[in-house]
Amino acid sequence: MNFTFRRKRISGILTVVPANVRSFVEEMKNFNFPEARSLKLKEVMGFDKHRLVEPGVCISDLAVFGLEHLFSRGLLGPSDLDALILVTQSPDHFIPPTSNIIQGRLKLKSDMLCMDINQGCSGFIIGLVQAFLLLEQESIRKVAVVNADVLSRKTSPKDRNSYPLIGDAASITIVERDTEDSRIHANLKMDGTRNEILMIPAGGFRLPSTPETAVLNDVGDNNLRARDHLRMDGSAVFNFVQVEVPPLIEALLSQAGVPMNAVDYFFCHQPNRFMLQKLADKMRVPYAKMPSNVVENFGNSSGVTIPTVITFNMKERLLKEKLKVCLAGFGVGLTWCAMLLDLGFLDFNNIIEYQ
Amino acid sequence: MKTVAEILKEIRPEFDFAASKDFIADGMLDSFDVVTLVAMLDKNFGISIQGVDIVPENFKNYEMIEALLRKSGVKQ
Repeated sequence: MNFTFRRKRISGILTVVPANVRSFVEEMKNFNFPEARSLKLKEVMGFDKHRLVEPGVCISDLAVFGLEHLFSRGLLGPSDLDALILVTQSPDHFIPPTSNIIQGRLKLKSDMLCMDINQGCSGFIIGLVQAFLLLEQESIRKVAVVNADVLSRKTSPKDRNSYPLIGDAASITIVERDTEDSRIHANLKMDGTRNEILMIPAGGFRLPSTPETAVLNDVGDNNLRARDHLRMDGSAVFNFVQVEVPPLIEALLSQAGVPMNAVDYFFCHQPNRFMLQKLADKMRVPYAKMPSNVVENFGNSSGVTIPTVITFNMKERLLKEKLKVCLAGFGVGLTWCAMLLDLGFLDFNNIIEYQ
Repeated sequence: MKTVAEILKEIRPEFDFAASKDFIADGMLDSFDVVTLVAMLDKNFGISIQGVDIVPENFKNYEMIEALLRKSGVKQ
């Protein structure tokens, strides 16, 4: 599905990562694998350090910390926000929406819209699409897209397929109207028939959590996981990304009339280095134009990896200049999407640590 | 330049790959071993095996791996 937006812009991005750094080498002893095999995998996939929240820390804690950081530095006024869109798969509670909890903790005005969106690896782009749509309303001038997940709390520490790559993080992206006649193009696709490829089977209403769903089972490849934990069919996800994402991006660029080599950077969701380099090879994009260094420094925090890759690699540059960038997200749902926009002259573009 | 057999031995030294007709079904290569194998084949032969070709069927045995190498540009 194609979208085109006029006169909209991203004016600032802030990423919040937990101060707690864990290393793959330290965690290798938790996995039932020979050390040499784990070290080979470290090299190929880019596993190294990842950022995980301490027990009890929720997404609203990260989001409130980030928004207070912006308020206290005068980078955003609390009364400026007309909408707060929260994209997450790890809400504080089923009820109420965590966006309302954030609004309440920050004592934001009541004349605003708060909404939660349950999306994963594509969630950042879906949140932006929703924000751009809201900005068509006269009453909405500034929107905060908060993307946050703490999925380490739902990942088995004895599952080598998932745990080494998982990371926790939040991002706050401010979206507003553009005085220039700018165009933003987006393309979204969904396939719910493949929803079980990435799933937490238990804990919802279909299969409530019980002592039985918390039992660790041997799920093959020497990995131990409970039904309360995140399950990822790595091979299926890999194949899905390689088959679906390149034509999606090609179609987006064609729709926008922009050749591949006119794009300065491809900021993609960050599942692991290997997958991204194969994607770059397929699209004939130099690795330098498609950074893949988030998993090794922070871990994969679902949709938040896109703002993380931007703030980590382009911190100063996007304050001073404007670049043509293509964003791409793919995963849970299954959902895959891409967005082409001019990004730059931001009011802020930074990573901070949650203490 | 290493041979495919040498690379397999490096990844899983405990197995006799020559005695197997299906490395995947016999539990000699898991999905992450396949990823490691692809990275090593790419580096060793100076190629980039296409992402869409990284499916278990293409790594079942020596014949399938060699066919994949040929498809990826290795002259044998």
